[in-house]
Amino acid sequence: MWSHLLRRVLIGIPTLWVIITICFFLMRLTPGGPFDFEAPVPPEIMANLRARYHLDEPLWQQYLSYIWHLLQGDLGPSFKEKDFTVGELIAQSLPVSFQNGLSAMVLALLIGIPAGIFAALRQNKASDYVVSGLSMTGIVVPTFVTSQLAILIFGVWLKDTAFHLPAGGWDNGKFQNRILPVICLALPYIAYIARLMRGSMIETLRANFIRTARAKGLPYHAIIVRHALKTALMPVVTYLGPTTAFILTGSMVIETIFQIPGIGRYFVLGALNRNYTLVMGVTIVSAALIILMNILVDLIYRVLDPKVRHE
Amino acid sequence: MANVLDIRNLNVHFSVRDGDVQAVSDVSLSVAKGECLGIVGESGSGKSQTFMAAMGLLATNGRATGEVNFHGQNVLTLSESARNTLRGNRMTMVFQDPMTSLTPHMRVGAQLTEVLQRHRGLDRTQAHQQAVAMLARVHIPEADRRMAMYPHELSGGLRQRVMIAMALLCGPELLIADEPTTALDVTVQAQILDVIREMKDTLNTAVVLITHDLGVIAGLADHVAVMYAGRIVETGAARDIFMVPKHPYTQSLLACTPRLDEVKRTSLTTIAGQPPNLEHLPTGCAFHPRCPYVMARCRTERPPLIGGKACFLDQLSLAS
Amino acid sequence: MSDVIFEGQPAGRSLWQDAWHRLSANKAAVVSLVILIVIALVSIFGPYFLPWRYDEIDWNHVEALPPNFALGHYLGTDTVGRDLLARTLMGGRVSLTVGLLATSVALIIGITVGSIAGFVGARVDQALMRFVDIMYVVPFTFLVIILMVMFGRNFVLMFIAIGAVEWLTMARIVRGQTLTLKHKEFIDAARASGGSTTNIILRHIIPNVLGVVIVYVTLTIPQVILFESFLSFLGLGVQEPMTSWGVLINEGAAELEINPRTLIVPAAFMTITLFCFNFLGDGLRDALDPNDR
Repeated sequence: MWSHLLRRVLIGIPTLWVIITICFFLMRLTPGGPFDFEAPVPPEIMANLRARYHLDEPLWQQYLSYIWHLLQGDLGPSFKEKDFTVGELIAQSLPVSFQNGLSAMVLALLIGIPAGIFAALRQNKASDYVVSGLSMTGIVVPTFVTSQLAILIFGVWLKDTAFHLPAGGWDNGKFQNRILPVICLALPYIAYIARLMRGSMIETLRANFIRTARAKGLPYHAIIVRHALKTALMPVVTYLGPTTAFILTGSMVIETIFQIPGIGRYFVLGALNRNYTLVMGVTIVSAALIILMNILVDLIYRVLDPKVRHE
Repeated sequence: MANVLDIRNLNVHFSVRDGDVQAVSDVSLSVAKGECLGIVGESGSGKSQTFMAAMGLLATNGRATGEVNFHGQNVLTLSESARNTLRGNRMTMVFQDPMTSLTPHMRVGAQLTEVLQRHRGLDRTQAHQQAVAMLARVHIPEADRRMAMYPHELSGGLRQRVMIAMALLCGPELLIADEPTTALDVTVQAQILDVIREMKDTLNTAVVLITHDLGVIAGLADHVAVMYAGRIVETGAARDIFMVPKHPYTQSLLACTPRLDEVKRTSLTTIAGQPPNLEHLPTGCAFHPRCPYVMARCRTERPPLIGGKACFLDQLSLAS
Repeated sequence: MSDVIFEGQPAGRSLWQDAWHRLSANKAAVVSLVILIVIALVSIFGPYFLPWRYDEIDWNHVEALPPNFALGHYLGTDTVGRDLLARTLMGGRVSLTVGLLATSVALIIGITVGSIAGFVGARVDQALMRFVDIMYVVPFTFLVIILMVMFGRNFVLMFIAIGAVEWLTMARIVRGQTLTLKHKEFIDAARASGGSTTNIILRHIIPNVLGVVIVYVTLTIPQVILFESFLSFLGLGVQEPMTSWGVLINEGAAELEINPRTLIVPAAFMTITLFCFNFLGDGLRDALDPNDR
């Protein structure tokens, strides 16, 4: 068990290194840079800028120095936000994205799982069609449409009612400012989890061991909760790993539309500005999170499935 | 002698994409206390579905009509909760596939004790003690240690014993064993059958043994019913059926069964043709396309079950 | 079902016929298929029959017009006076093309890697699947965005990039299927009669994993279309005046309050298409799943 865990972590390190290397060279080898301003800059100023950020050094030297700093936990200075290091920017924005992402994920699980089970137990009945239809809608409609619609409804149309919610901004994380972004962020995940849960519950209920449980005269709820649920949850857990990592590193769409100072928004801005170090930093954090989440999913699997634990 | 189970004119239908399939037609059977009824037939003969219907375990697209009387009470008309007080308690079932019939993420102990907690209202320690005792009774070594194991840590034979123990925990009046040995090794098969026989004798349980293998029920069944295409084609005392099979199908089944007491090495016979397709049953007697004694009448008219056989032939000369 | 056929090919065909039979009994799937064909045809040929081109500005009405048949703006115009229907159909062309091409890229890489890994097995399998495992960790949304920023908003690059993301799952699915097929009798027979590995993969493995692959394809295309709309939202989609559903929806969403029509029209087209793909995918899965009666 512990050796397995250790192995997963050890595999994660070279993986991370490969990703860092690919990203580094991908960004540096393409034309354009962080200092391509609209107006031409005098060459000596440009040279100064490039020297200040070591962009004038040979590429391999830049790479080695990047890795060297990285090993010391230093993600480098931000090219755009002059007085900030990337580390500081991430430290500021990641908690914001984390809070929103986690709330959205919890919301998605709390609604998605029961909804999926509910639909599965009423397979091919009207209530199943309603849940399945809603969940399909949630999957199909892009987040930037739902959030703009939500802003229109709660921010504009209901402005003078008790249901009014701020149309954007963060305001240091006031509760009202979080409601719409979290709900809009959660919607597609609610939909997807419900769909996944419905399918896997239907399949689990066909299993032989469910027949055994029924033959034992157990009441319906005991069959679902004690015998079916754990097995049926497996696909959801698998889905959850990478998804949680993704959702925690901030929704670029939600954070842009609601103007939330999260890590996703920084990434978009960084990418558009060719802010190399910021983009690298966010990518590394995100990859590390995915690795971490996959290990976590592995552990949850062990709890749910004794067979995996055994191996 | 009152019958524990009395099935009268049972029909089972399944609605499928293309309409309706009748899996069981007009089946009547009974089992008495301490008696073993063997049900023989190929897959698709309706032998399992008959008893799935009796247990109320039909798939959602299936429905049963007729009567299934358990101690004189028609269980088909019972509510699900009323049925749940019988299932796993007074009437129990053991399934074919022990590898997948136990819940994989629950310890064996928990799966056993929940039966006692539900039907006997025992607390955890009492239930644990009784479960261990039952495991020992079906000859599971180190019963106490097995309780803490997960199904995948047990062999197929042990799992099937666990299934049988589970079915016997509440001292049922009826045990239905649906191909309990099919998935197991031959030596393990014999052990499992011994366990069933022992339980039948000591607990006086009525046993229904469903199988496609006549050899399995030879030493165990008191009565035998042979099913083909959803109907009973022959029924009677086990002895008679083995000694003087009256229906050509039974005869061919017997010819297919390897016998240990035969010294001659004869090649195994098989029944010609395919098992019937329930969606497109032949007219007349369903067995007629494969029957060596087929007559013109068999193709148009279905022989009724009279005197323990459903066949127009007066006398079957036993081909030896 | 009553007769068993032992030759490889006819059995395969009867499987497909059987699947087709089951699919055609599924009303939602059939309706979806028909709608998808109609949307595809209208997107391909529709623009030729419209009085306005997608990038043509109606200089007499540089504003969002409501539907006006006299002027030939059947669904009105956008804020700068371009015909909404023409733009939506053009957007459909682009979105569907990106969806199909990206999925094809994923399909080709995925099938190749998956079938080789599954069939050759041993070290090759381990190496390839370890590689896939590593790739799964790459935050691809980020990578695609980096690519799009670095290389400019290049249409070809877009579907290659998206395709390169989506092949991983495909490879896993195909490998799994290949592993189960590998030990079937007809593969042994092909091997015994001297078929080369390439030959066996091409003629026996791939045709038999196609069922699962088709289901996955129908479910991947809508994902790609959604992903394209996400890129468009970030301003990394196709470049003006070229357009896609994503671009249009994004433009429309910004105009939502004053001009909901500019959102509703492209959003309706895209949503219906995605719905149909999903229903069709579900229908295909049911039709091709031998476990399901």
